[in-house]
Amino acid sequence: MFRRNLAATAVALAFAGPAPAQDADLAKIREEIKQNREAYEQRIRALDKRLGEAEARAGKAEQSTTKTETAAAGPAGRAGDNAFNPAISLILQGTYANTSQDPNTFQITGFVPSGGEVGPPKRSFGLGETELTFSANIDPYFRGVAIAALTPENEVEVEEAYFQTLALPLGLGLKGGRFLSGIGYQNEIHQHAWDFQDAPLPYKAFLGGALRQDGVQFRWVAPTPVFFELGAELSSGDQFPGSDQNKNGAGAGTIFGHVGGDVGSSYAWRAGLSYLRTSPKDRAYEDVDSLGSAVTNTFTGKARMWIVDAILKWAPNHNPTSTNFKLQGEYFRFKQDGNLTYDDSGQAAPQFGAPFTDTFNTEQSGWYAQGVWQFMPRWRVGYRYDTLRYGTVSNGIVNNGLGPTAADFPVLATHSPTRNTAMLDWSPSEFSRLRLQFASDKSRIGVTDNQVFLQYIHSLGAHGAHKF
Amino acid sequence: MNWLKYLLAALLPAFAVPAVAALNIFACEPEWGALAKELGGDQASIYVATTALQDPHRIEARPSLIAWARTADLVVCTGAELEIGWMPLVQTQSGNPKIQAGQPGYFEATRQLTLIEIPQRLDRALGDVHAAGNPHVHLDPSNIARVAAALAERMAQLDPGDTAQYRARARVFLERWQLASARWGKEGAPLKGLPIVVYHRDLSYLLRWLGMREVGALEPKPGLPPTASHLSELLANLGRDPAKAVVRSAYADPRAAQWLSERAKIPALMLPFTVGGSDRAKDLFGLFDDTLARLLTVAK
Repeated sequence: MFRRNLAATAVALAFAGPAPAQDADLAKIREEIKQNREAYEQRIRALDKRLGEAEARAGKAEQSTTKTETAAAGPAGRAGDNAFNPAISLILQGTYANTSQDPNTFQITGFVPSGGEVGPPKRSFGLGETELTFSANIDPYFRGVAIAALTPENEVEVEEAYFQTLALPLGLGLKGGRFLSGIGYQNEIHQHAWDFQDAPLPYKAFLGGALRQDGVQFRWVAPTPVFFELGAELSSGDQFPGSDQNKNGAGAGTIFGHVGGDVGSSYAWRAGLSYLRTSPKDRAYEDVDSLGSAVTNTFTGKARMWIVDAILKWAPNHNPTSTNFKLQGEYFRFKQDGNLTYDDSGQAAPQFGAPFTDTFNTEQSGWYAQGVWQFMPRWRVGYRYDTLRYGTVSNGIVNNGLGPTAADFPVLATHSPTRNTAMLDWSPSEFSRLRLQFASDKSRIGVTDNQVFLQYIHSLGAHGAHKF
Repeated sequence: MNWLKYLLAALLPAFAVPAVAALNIFACEPEWGALAKELGGDQASIYVATTALQDPHRIEARPSLIAWARTADLVVCTGAELEIGWMPLVQTQSGNPKIQAGQPGYFEATRQLTLIEIPQRLDRALGDVHAAGNPHVHLDPSNIARVAAALAERMAQLDPGDTAQYRARARVFLERWQLASARWGKEGAPLKGLPIVVYHRDLSYLLRWLGMREVGALEPKPGLPPTASHLSELLANLGRDPAKAVVRSAYADPRAAQWLSERAKIPALMLPFTVGGSDRAKDLFGLFDDTLARLLTVAK
């Protein structure tokens, strides 16, 4: 670098002189350049020598450090087979619930039941899901994660179990196994990290709480200073709005894109657009007919969903420790086209005794918005409004007037549910949280369920990282 | 279609690919950003993921961090679990194979050093303890020198074309650093034995270097915010074992320090903690100059 500067100086000097340069002047300039060069070279030599010494010293220090490190690492149990054990963490959860309506009668009237566990927790004391997470790098190319849920009914469910690539170039990533879909915003957030005890209504009605699929996911992150990612998933489509289709190929597909960044020194945001498409076959749900006897309805056709999501977070200087605010909202549009079969032939004394099949088309929507404010260390308050719009439900069986009437489809009665929820939570440390939540839930037609939940969420073991 | 033109004009700069330097460096904390700048010069373009006003334990894996990590050739972090709450997510979500743990593109400063305060017992009942030891290593000048030597070598390894430049800059930096360290050692002599109350145990290396004495911490346990009961207990202890000042880092909430300062009648002192924490702490030299100057105001 010095040499380059030197050359530049020389050129500058050569051109700066008066056009008919005197020999004496030139000689003087040459002499100056020579002196300059010598001075620089001397300085470089001196620096080289001194810095060589400094480096040697640093090197020595480093060596001794390594020695100490090895020694220090010994007693911590870094040897043996256990050293490669995956990181393990356990989430403990439970609730105390008071509800004005019987949780067993829960339904989201106006919407085809999504089959998920979307109702309020059981009354009185109840255990939530105990989540056991294992995660580790498999090798330089893959990372593996498994999350098992021990349910209060003493069952074990595989929440997630997937591998993820670590070494694909160009911002590409591949995930395979069972995982939470990347659609929407809240879908990928684990239940213990939600800001309320339960999922927003559109998640309950359209995705059974959260879309979890067995399949593969591709993601691509753009090499831009503004966060931009695209993703696509192919899955078996077993879960609502899909169903087990018993066919080769993928049963459901999603595509999604997310954009995000910072605004100023205190705001961060992310917005996204997602699309889900699946073709359920004989997707069944239970209902009762006009006489109150059990009926099975099955749907076969196409289901499509669009989700728009956005989140804005505020924390002074991006430091959320003392205070922060989070504003989050998502809009869902859900469309189904196909045929519905009404079958009461399973009953002892059926009204009709034979199945009816006719067209079934729905176009429904829902959205929620929520704000959570940490007003001082440890304490947060939050409010959520969520609603579903009945939209249009065109049931050919009812329309043609030949058999079952609207009274034989009570779950699909015209109703647009709404809910107001408020919560207050206290987190003594990063690893524990107690929450009090009040909700006025109009999911069922004609009744309001006033709910009070007291909830604890504790996390043991490896320090998990939380998604934005 | 005019609106489309305007939309594109508005969006394109935002999506423009960042300027190409030989080495794109993602520094987890400002001190390593400043060090990388000293060593990298024009060869490196540096993005500093956090500021002096942020608690390095509590960073969110914001979309902007993921976007910058996507194009990084080298991530320079503290390590020792300081970034455990956010960096693993940034690494996996960035889709960048170069910066994964174990790759040359992932550099941890604490790997070059001997850590202090390694817990005898790992139990979260003791607070948010770090199994590998205290990770806040940068406020001891000799640690900076060790990390500098190792980091320059790492940069040279990742950008072999410019090896000579990184080494030359490391030499110049270490030379200046050595002179400055000697001067700080001399200036800091009056601080020997100075008793202070800290906020979090993030100044331990500074205290050890200068021979200062910690008589208490505002946090009842590492990582837990100060509580009224703990503060009153601390105040009572100060009656027996008085401190000269309550010292907190720039990112820490000032209220607890203020509370104790008023009642114990000792000054509350804010230290920049890292580069950018005060007007004078513009680089690593300014950081130590300012830290010493501030501490010396209470040493009389």
